[in-house]
Amino acid sequence: MVGYLVRRLFLAVFVLWGVATVVFLIVRVVPADPALLIAGSDAPAEQLAQIRQDLGLDQSLLVQYGRFLGGAVTGDLGQSYSMKQPAVSLIGQVLPNTALLAVLACAVALLLAFPLGLIAALRANRAVDRVVTTGSLFTQALPNFWIGVVLLLVFSRTLKWLPSVGLDGPKSLILPTIVLALPFVSVLTRMIRNGLLEVMGESYIQTARAKGLPERIVIFRHAVRNAAIPVITIVGLQFGTLLGGAVVTESVFSFPGIGRLLVTSIQLRDYNVVQACVLVIAAVFVIINLVVDLMYGFLDPRVRLAK
Amino acid sequence: MTTTQTGPLNPSTSMSGAPLLSVQDLTVEFSTAAGVARALDGVSFEVSAGETLAILGESGSGKSTTAQAIMALLPKPAGAITGGKILYAGRDLAAEPASKVREVCGTEIAMIFQDPLSSLNPVFRVGAQVAEPFRRRRGMGRRDAWARALDLLKRVGIPDAETRINDYPHQFSGGQRQRIMIAMALALDPKVLIADEPTTALDVTVQKQVMNLLADLQAETGMAMVLISHDLGVVAEVAKRAAIMYAGRIVETGPIRDMYDHPAHPYTSGLLDSIPSQSSVGGRLKPIVGSPPNLLNLPSGCAFNPRCPFAIDRCRELAPTLRTPEGWSEGHQAACHLSEEMLAHV
Repeated sequence: MVGYLVRRLFLAVFVLWGVATVVFLIVRVVPADPALLIAGSDAPAEQLAQIRQDLGLDQSLLVQYGRFLGGAVTGDLGQSYSMKQPAVSLIGQVLPNTALLAVLACAVALLLAFPLGLIAALRANRAVDRVVTTGSLFTQALPNFWIGVVLLLVFSRTLKWLPSVGLDGPKSLILPTIVLALPFVSVLTRMIRNGLLEVMGESYIQTARAKGLPERIVIFRHAVRNAAIPVITIVGLQFGTLLGGAVVTESVFSFPGIGRLLVTSIQLRDYNVVQACVLVIAAVFVIINLVVDLMYGFLDPRVRLAK
Repeated sequence: MTTTQTGPLNPSTSMSGAPLLSVQDLTVEFSTAAGVARALDGVSFEVSAGETLAILGESGSGKSTTAQAIMALLPKPAGAITGGKILYAGRDLAAEPASKVREVCGTEIAMIFQDPLSSLNPVFRVGAQVAEPFRRRRGMGRRDAWARALDLLKRVGIPDAETRINDYPHQFSGGQRQRIMIAMALALDPKVLIADEPTTALDVTVQKQVMNLLADLQAETGMAMVLISHDLGVVAEVAKRAAIMYAGRIVETGPIRDMYDHPAHPYTSGLLDSIPSQSSVGGRLKPIVGSPPNLLNLPSGCAFNPRCPFAIDRCRELAPTLRTPEGWSEGHQAACHLSEEMLAHV
């Protein structure tokens, strides 16, 4: 187990290095001059040159790359030239907001999807199941931004129950949480339904019944534990994705999270912040993946004990 | 070793008398998209304490459906008992809802399954699974229940049971897994054990060990056993009586020796001929030609007639019922119009 962990962490370093390199190159391939964006298109040539020198953009690509990697290793991802702050501290300000949103969305999704999936599985192919599965397909088909805009129009603009933008108290978390949770509820519900149905057909469920256990214990002890294994994986991965910032949703609600920071800094060609955001998002994703793998081992002894 | 026993200890007292489990005219139907399949059609048999009845047949003949029907394990909502009785201790299990039948499962009638790996829950320690009947059905505490589980694991011959009780099913060999299944089934001292192909998934050498274990445990507890198999060789040493199933019906039943020596149904004789034996080493196996019929579209008359080398017109028109062939002993029955001719041949 320890060996496995060390190996995985070692691999993670390579993944992050790859991500860092790719984002570094992409940012520099994009045709736009940060100096022009900062100083304006009618600025004199000397001023532009000065800005480029300040940002280190006059150096060769290799030197820039070296500086970037060196900084990344020591936790210094450079300054934001649009916001005059270290990129790391900018991310530090918005990441907790995104994390809060991600936790809420996953929690809401699980709380809704588990009972729905369970009911649908236990009443498979009957009316309740049809309603649940069709409903989940329907909500999944709705685009995120559209739901966001509709909810905004109804609850903020017309009814004036909830704030429309920013993060100002718990009320402003409600709409973004719903928008992020809704499609996830659909996926999870059908996963839990299908997973449970599959598990309920397994021989060990017959065994549990043949032991004379009440159906309640057969389902909640024997079936759910097994059906949970793939669900945990999906929840973990989705959580990782949400932690990486729900770019669209955060933009619709002007939510101060890492997704919106990323979009803004791309628009401003704020190289350092873009690089920092992508790197942090990748790191978060890698870590969540690792945690999911460990959870998997915790839930499934066949994985845990296989060397 | 014997601390777990509360059931009948003395086979001699419980062996005699009325049958423990009596299945009468049992009919089970599955509704599928393509129509209604009659998986069991008027199946009757009974088994007494201390006795072993073998139910034999090809896959799809209704052997496992019989077991599922008794244990209320028929896949819902497709499968249902549509006729007949399952009598146990004055109750008709066929008429009771699954939740009521469940109360009898484990304590009175227990079952072991074909594939011991998929029949054990992969995420729980074997100790927890063997202890579960004690905890959930007897309300014992964890410590006591695990102590009983340990006794059982030793009793079924799991080596080093003290440590292995904490292992998971995938860490055991096939034979040991089946031993664990047996331990689990015997936890609450059932009076009847239904073993559904208990050795099919096992190596030949291990098959023998598991069959011996079952026979020993039966001798010890005096339980009745219904041994479901497709392997005539495996059951011959353990069971005294057998019922041969074909397309959801019992086509021949009687003392296993009589049937093996004097099969009164062409299907039985075909099954016997298809066993690889010493005398035919190097020769070709003799399979039964054709394949089992589609339950959705059974042939008219006797279901076996398309594969039967002796079929006459009557076989295609009239389905034969179980009867004792003229001049043969009561208890040996076959569902064939030509049993007398069959018996005269051999």
